[in-house]
Amino acid sequence: MITVEGLTRKYGSFTAVDNVSFVCQPGRVTGFLGPNGAGKTTTMRIMVGLTAPTAGRVTIGGHLYQDIPNPGRHVGVLLDASAQHAGRTGREILELGARTMGLDNSRVDAMLELVSLTPAESKRRLRNYSLGMKQRLGIAHALLGDPSVLILDEPANGLDPAGIRWMRGLLKGYAERGGTVLLSSHLLNEVELIADEMILIGHGKIVAQGDKKSLLAGAAGSGSTFVTALDNQALADALTAKGFVVAGAGDGLRVETEPVEVGRTAAEKAIVLTDLRAADGGLEDLFLELTSDTQREGLA
Amino acid sequence: MSATAAPGLGHALDISSTSPTPFSRLVRVELRKTWDTRAGLWLLVCTALLTAAVMVIQLAVVVVQDLQVSYNDFLTSTNFSIGLLLPIIGILLLTSEWGQRTAMVTFSLEPRRPHVIAAKFVVGIGLAVAAVVIALGLAAICNALYGALGDQPVVWDQSVEQTAYFVLLQVVGMLTGFAFAALLLNSPAAIVLYMVYSFVLPGLFALGAALIGWFETIQPWIDFNYAQSGLFDGSGMSGSEWAHFAVSGVIWLVVPLTIGIVRVLRAEVK
Repeated sequence: MITVEGLTRKYGSFTAVDNVSFVCQPGRVTGFLGPNGAGKTTTMRIMVGLTAPTAGRVTIGGHLYQDIPNPGRHVGVLLDASAQHAGRTGREILELGARTMGLDNSRVDAMLELVSLTPAESKRRLRNYSLGMKQRLGIAHALLGDPSVLILDEPANGLDPAGIRWMRGLLKGYAERGGTVLLSSHLLNEVELIADEMILIGHGKIVAQGDKKSLLAGAAGSGSTFVTALDNQALADALTAKGFVVAGAGDGLRVETEPVEVGRTAAEKAIVLTDLRAADGGLEDLFLELTSDTQREGLA
Repeated sequence: MSATAAPGLGHALDISSTSPTPFSRLVRVELRKTWDTRAGLWLLVCTALLTAAVMVIQLAVVVVQDLQVSYNDFLTSTNFSIGLLLPIIGILLLTSEWGQRTAMVTFSLEPRRPHVIAAKFVVGIGLAVAAVVIALGLAAICNALYGALGDQPVVWDQSVEQTAYFVLLQVVGMLTGFAFAALLLNSPAAIVLYMVYSFVLPGLFALGAALIGWFETIQPWIDFNYAQSGLFDGSGMSGSEWAHFAVSGVIWLVVPLTIGIVRVLRAEVK
């Protein structure tokens, strides 16, 4: 469990992290979402003692990171997959980590296999790695010590779609076995698919947190539906007759009500639907709305 | 996948069965970091090769010209090889962590930063001592060859005291580099500062001492290079020379090292 309490970090007059508090529960993947420069990385650096907080504190399982002996055995950290010596081989990087933590080299082989880096790739030097390979190596490094807490900064950055799917499976499985996962991203779609819980941060402040459902419930523009029927006109007439606002959208319609109402109307009129879903732009709109001051001023 | 199984846990982290990382392990890891890259390995190999090359040239010249030299003369020539390159190894021990940003990984695996710096310090001293042993061996070989190839008598004039001076000289050189590195945390800047300190400053100090009367009296107290000359030219160190060594050492070694270490301990690692 990661507990962040009233965390603040100032650089001169600039406040990078502003009174941030949240909790990451074991058994859940917590997504830390915000645009570039929102304070995600600073928060994560403070978590592992690389940056000193101006105020507040972070505890991991009840301890300050600095107080955890051999912390690699408890907390897996990936802050920047490129922050490794370009002249070392992937394997050597893991071996250095394993030696520092007092682990057997068999652990290095196991982790290389887990992240699908072949023996030939592991003998290449880091400067010859693609960003995706660096991320895989970084995840292997974070998992080396078999930690119960994972702190990953933009781990999906540079992974191809198959790689993102692989990581999703890995992290979900890890959380299901009781692990605590905190991962950051500036891409909503990435986090939306992996995270059980989301924390939205903008300009150093937490602007929203909760699971996807509760976030959407509070989002502006929720309660809209995209629907496509074999006979769009008949459906539009039936919905309008019920008093719902209907507008054309692409091949189908956008209706200002819940999907359940649209489905009910279609069933009553025996209209065949080919697509029915909540207008999910809501979360993305929410994200942009919550994290951009300028846009908020524009809206007001 | 069982390899990543998180142990069953409540909300608290059970750290009672984990022992802190032992210092010896940190030293071993830091030592390994000095040679596990191509650049690091070649720097160490080149230091040894250059030491050998300088001695071989010296051997060839003295044999051909039939000059009288001693064991200590062979050893003194290493000031142009290990004396030059050891401080650079000392610099890179620290600055490579910043240049390559590996400090983020190093300090997240061992948040007790003083332990990491102390481990690097020990590795630096260890490498300096190893370099001295190699230099002593190479000088012995060259002196023996000199006896075999030349017509002059072989002189084994290295006393225990001079060997100790030689070790001290190399360790101090390494640590001066280490101190500059801690102060600047940047490889090129620290190397340039070291070059200025060892090649430009002595000339300026000598010039100042020659032209300005009062400067001549303070020069021995502030010129660390000058204060070390007794360690390698075979003249030995008198009491006042030790005093010069100590005072200038505080200026050029202790002060930058202290400021640098405080800086590393407080620095935000990015």
